[in-house]
Amino acid sequence: MIQRLKEWIFENAIRASGLASIFIVALIFIFLLKEGLLLFKTEPLTDFLLGKNWYPISEPPQFGILPLILGSLLVTLGAAVISIPLGVAAAIYIAEVASPKLKEILKSGIELLAAIPSVVLGFIGMVTVVPWIKNTFHIPTGLTALSGSVVLAFMAMPTIISIAEDALHSVPKIYKEGAYALGATHWQTIYRVSVPAASSGIVAAIMLGIGRVIGETMAVMMVTGNAAALPRGILYPVRTLTATVAAEMGETVQGSDHYFALFAIGIVLFLITFAINMTADLVLHRKRK
Amino acid sequence: MLSPRVSQKIAFILLFLATLFIVIPVGLVIVVIIQKGAGAISWEFLTQMPRQGMRAGGIFPAIVGTFYLVLGAILFALPLGLFAAIYLSEYSKDTFINRMIRLAIINLAGVPSVVFGLFGLALFVGFFRFGASILSGSLTLGVMILPVIITSSREALDSVPKSFREVSLSLGATKLQTIKHAVLPHALPGILTGTILGVGRAAGETAPILFTVAAFYLPRLPESAFDQVMALPYHLYVISTQVPNVDPKIRYGTALVLLAIVLLMNLVAIMIRSHFRSQKKW
Repeated sequence: MIQRLKEWIFENAIRASGLASIFIVALIFIFLLKEGLLLFKTEPLTDFLLGKNWYPISEPPQFGILPLILGSLLVTLGAAVISIPLGVAAAIYIAEVASPKLKEILKSGIELLAAIPSVVLGFIGMVTVVPWIKNTFHIPTGLTALSGSVVLAFMAMPTIISIAEDALHSVPKIYKEGAYALGATHWQTIYRVSVPAASSGIVAAIMLGIGRVIGETMAVMMVTGNAAALPRGILYPVRTLTATVAAEMGETVQGSDHYFALFAIGIVLFLITFAINMTADLVLHRKRK
Repeated sequence: MLSPRVSQKIAFILLFLATLFIVIPVGLVIVVIIQKGAGAISWEFLTQMPRQGMRAGGIFPAIVGTFYLVLGAILFALPLGLFAAIYLSEYSKDTFINRMIRLAIINLAGVPSVVFGLFGLALFVGFFRFGASILSGSLTLGVMILPVIITSSREALDSVPKSFREVSLSLGATKLQTIKHAVLPHALPGILTGTILGVGRAAGETAPILFTVAAFYLPRLPESAFDQVMALPYHLYVISTQVPNVDPKIRYGTALVLLAIVLLMNLVAIMIRSHFRSQKKW
């Protein structure tokens, strides 16, 4: 009897835990909405999304996040330009060219890179990339969008490499054997057979890497200079959505419009990454059919 | 027109250079941090309170704070994540619910860390009135590492052969007994690997603890789960951006301690995995 009861309790706990992740995602969204939507009692949505001025503590305050959105886009674009070619090339090298032993070493190395905390990467960026950019381009400060792009590229690459490598690895062997039998070289097989066959996985890998860049907070906050104005170029300081939340939440009064505005930025971030992850999953899923 | 052999050679060299371009900076960075940070590491640095506005002294409270936060996060996330993995691997047959859970996990893994911070602030600090405390911070970090633990535990459970379960069930064991005695022991290395990776991730994250627990400067140890603490990643952020004129040695030293903890966790996880992979008999 007691055994039965124990089983019943455990099995229900297991069922409940199984559904917990759905519940938690819903909870995150609900609590972001609960706090963030209060901003729109006083602030029209269009002023929030398209307003050119982010002056949260002036009187009256202005909560236009366009500069922050453009800041995030600029940094992300730069990181994508650096990380996509390098990441995909490294994935091809690891999956198709490297010897088994080298492959193991490189994969562990990439895993370690993925594990470096973002605040450590930010610190490293501050002491290496920032002065380097300042001296190379002879500009007054090295805290620029470009510095953010370089540091974030290194955060995106592990994601891109490991998922793209997986996709290349799961291309059926007979495809390659067919190409070899027709007299194709190793490289011809890679770019005519393996890469096209793994293309949806590679696209998903790139999307997930970019999703990671958009959501990155600490590293980007430490190296981009945090100027909340419309970005003038890649060699000027910018401020991203994530850095704004992280930098300003500590100074807001709970229940103020500024507090609500930061949660509204949270909603925007949640929706962006939600869309990216869903699309990436669709792309991956389509491949399996 | 290049011959296929020559173009293959050029292509492979370019691919190799791209890989080097990623690996070498990473290696260099780790070497530099070790070189410049090692000088700061001493018994005093690791076991003393910070002094003179964090410009001298040690980082002991930050180490202790990170330890408590990680412990709390694991206490929350391991049982929940393991049970969720058992559900997905052993119970659920409904493909629709399975797919929903999978999508939820993917999303949870992709939510920006600062959004977890907002969530923790709204739910644990505000709604549950835990305040900025170890409890709030641990729960926030726990939610964040949940996908890591679920995914790796599930993979470990799925890789246990079906025949193990069938034999146990055919001997009259109940489903729960089967899971406990015939499945879990064989999945343990995989679960352990995932847990260690979760620990590493929780130890290094800053944004989720910014508004839920982290104290700027608090040179004493916490007395209860409702106290604020300093934490290593936040401390590194503070002394490298918020406090002027900190001796670079202290910055590098703090970065080294944090990096060492996180990389050590990952190395252990990699070693456990490759050890048990080579031991596996099925």
